[in-house]
Amino acid sequence: MQRFTELTATTVALPRADIDTDQIIPARFLTTTTREGLGDGLFADWRFLSDGTPDPEFVLNRPEHASATVLVTERNFGCGSSREHAPWALLDYGFRAVISSEIADIFHSNSLKNGLLPIRVSDDVVKLLLSRPHKVLISVETCTLSILNDAGNTEKTIEFPLDGFSRYCLLEGIDQLGYLQGQSDAITAYANDFADSTNPAL
Amino acid sequence: MARKTLFDKVWDAHVVVPETADKPAVLYIDLHLIHEVTSPQAFTVLRERGLPVARPDRTLATMDHSTPTTPVRSLADIQVVGPSAAQQIQQMQRNCEEFGIELRGFDSKERGIVHIIGPELGATQPGKTIVCGDSHTSTHGAFGALAFGIGTTEVGHVLATQCLLQRRPKTMAINVHGTLAEGVTAKDLILAIIGEIGVDGGTGHVLEYRGEAIRSLDMAGRMTVCNMSIEAGARAGMVAPDDTTFEYLANRRFAPKAAEFDRAVDRWRNLCGDVDAVFDREVSIDASSLAPMVTFGTNPGMVTPVDVALPEKPSDGSWDRALDYMRLEPGKPIAGTPVDVVFVGSCTNARMPDLEATANILRGRKVADGVRMLIVPGSQAIKAEAEAAGLHQVFTEAGAEWRESGCSMCLGMNGDTVDSGKLAISTSNRNFEGRQGIGARTVLASPATAAASALAGHVADPREYL
Ligand code: SF4
Repeated sequence: MQRFTELTATTVALPRADIDTDQIIPARFLTTTTREGLGDGLFADWRFLSDGTPDPEFVLNRPEHASATVLVTERNFGCGSSREHAPWALLDYGFRAVISSEIADIFHSNSLKNGLLPIRVSDDVVKLLLSRPHKVLISVETCTLSILNDAGNTEKTIEFPLDGFSRYCLLEGIDQLGYLQGQSDAITAYANDFADSTNPAL
Repeated sequence: MARKTLFDKVWDAHVVVPETADKPAVLYIDLHLIHEVTSPQAFTVLRERGLPVARPDRTLATMDHSTPTTPVRSLADIQVVGPSAAQQIQQMQRNCEEFGIELRGFDSKERGIVHIIGPELGATQPGKTIVCGDSHTSTHGAFGALAFGIGTTEVGHVLATQCLLQRRPKTMAINVHGTLAEGVTAKDLILAIIGEIGVDGGTGHVLEYRGEAIRSLDMAGRMTVCNMSIEAGARAGMVAPDDTTFEYLANRRFAPKAAEFDRAVDRWRNLCGDVDAVFDREVSIDASSLAPMVTFGTNPGMVTPVDVALPEKPSDGSWDRALDYMRLEPGKPIAGTPVDVVFVGSCTNARMPDLEATANILRGRKVADGVRMLIVPGSQAIKAEAEAAGLHQVFTEAGAEWRESGCSMCLGMNGDTVDSGKLAISTSNRNFEGRQGIGARTVLASPATAAASALAGHVADPREYL
């Protein structure tokens, strides 16, 4: 997993609520067996017209947003299907973080496991960030989102919640499988002492 | 000692290493369900790191999402929709072979939608922890299991270690008083619940459905309810096991047998939440006041009784996009809206009682001209059972298509799609934009409402056809 310590970036606003993972990456792109290249399908039904050409009206297709790497949306981003293809597509497209006032559970967990930072802030902060593109400084070390002015100075700093273990994994760029493997003695003991007698295998 | 909810009992019994401020709990997983779409990248990680699957004997594998449902004479005639779907299916076969997992593939009579075959085979049992790379894993909670959807990275964790790292979620009781009126089903109940608490009302919570209306549901109905917990944002939904649960499980393939079954039932009875156990939140619903429900927007929380006019739009514009997409007008009744496609299927509503309810309405009648009706059983076993009961004849005589099992038009990955702009009334679980095909407009409903609408050619109240 890519390390995530600090990021200075520009935001782009997608002012919609309840953006589900079927919108983030439609099912027809899920026949892949790899993680790569899913950015092509990101928001495909919104980004492209029915003839397959980019919709010039859609916010991500506007040249002024080409360099944005932080997506801001209204509440309940990433609801619906558990497809991890959603954070893979966002990352492959170039996003590093998503800001919303609510982020759906499974998408939240999937994002953290891939180094895409889900940032939950209040409705007021979301409203501010939706008003226009902002320059922001995100620190995983301090779990803060700073909104910068044009001169690059901090105008406002907001703390966001981040589980300590996820934060550690992001800062170190490590995935959690190694940690789980390290628990193998406890896992084997549990299986022998309890699971295999109480809830036996198939 | 603190009183425990059903969730607390199942969670506590599966903690291998307790959580601390810095570390999530290591939670043991009794049953891991896998399918072709969300597992390939997880097997790749195992291969890269030279890891075996820890417990192939706790892994139940099938293929359902991208598999064709068109009837074929022999396996050799099966046509997969495109080269990448075909490759994904082959990859699933290779992965299961290489890692020693029994696959319920094309040639298996036990193949079907993953959330249908788990219970059907008796692999889903009270008190188990069950996960799958699929959000509708919540279905299995109907048995008093703790069952939730995970991402592909976590699929890899479970394959490699049979465990997950998890933070303890909050609990929410959904108390359903009264009983459902005739023509009002489990599907209508869960749509009403989602309408009540909202599509993010359950975020961070495990729901427990309780009360008279839940107790009187059969297992198929309870599965329908738990299935859609995720549509309220909840990771899981649970129902405490009772005699209905035990009767369903008796003699199923992977259920304990004879004296062992009796011992298991004694254990399962103790899973019920303690009296006075405290939930983080409680919600009450009156089942007796409910009518058949249909959705009118682009998320399952935008839901209305079929027999009333649509609500007026909120002034903040939050419905504008959805109603434009659906081409529906606020203040007007949704009943009477012309229907192009009717889909009876999915892990929400493709079990035997769902097919029987559909047949009861279709029997001796004809699907309206210009309406395409697709009926897709949830598993090959259900297909066989329905055919033994002659239901397929009722369907085909009415003019509906009768298919092989699979996810089919629920997500349109296998080629079964709804054309752009067409309106589908569907017994599945998601009415998201484009879910059933680019530009497809979806109205979610019960099998009875779907069947009544197929006959009428427009969205219809099933109570007029009982
Ligand atoms: S039937 Fe639909 S919701 Fe259920 S597992 Fe298949 S695609 Fe998912």
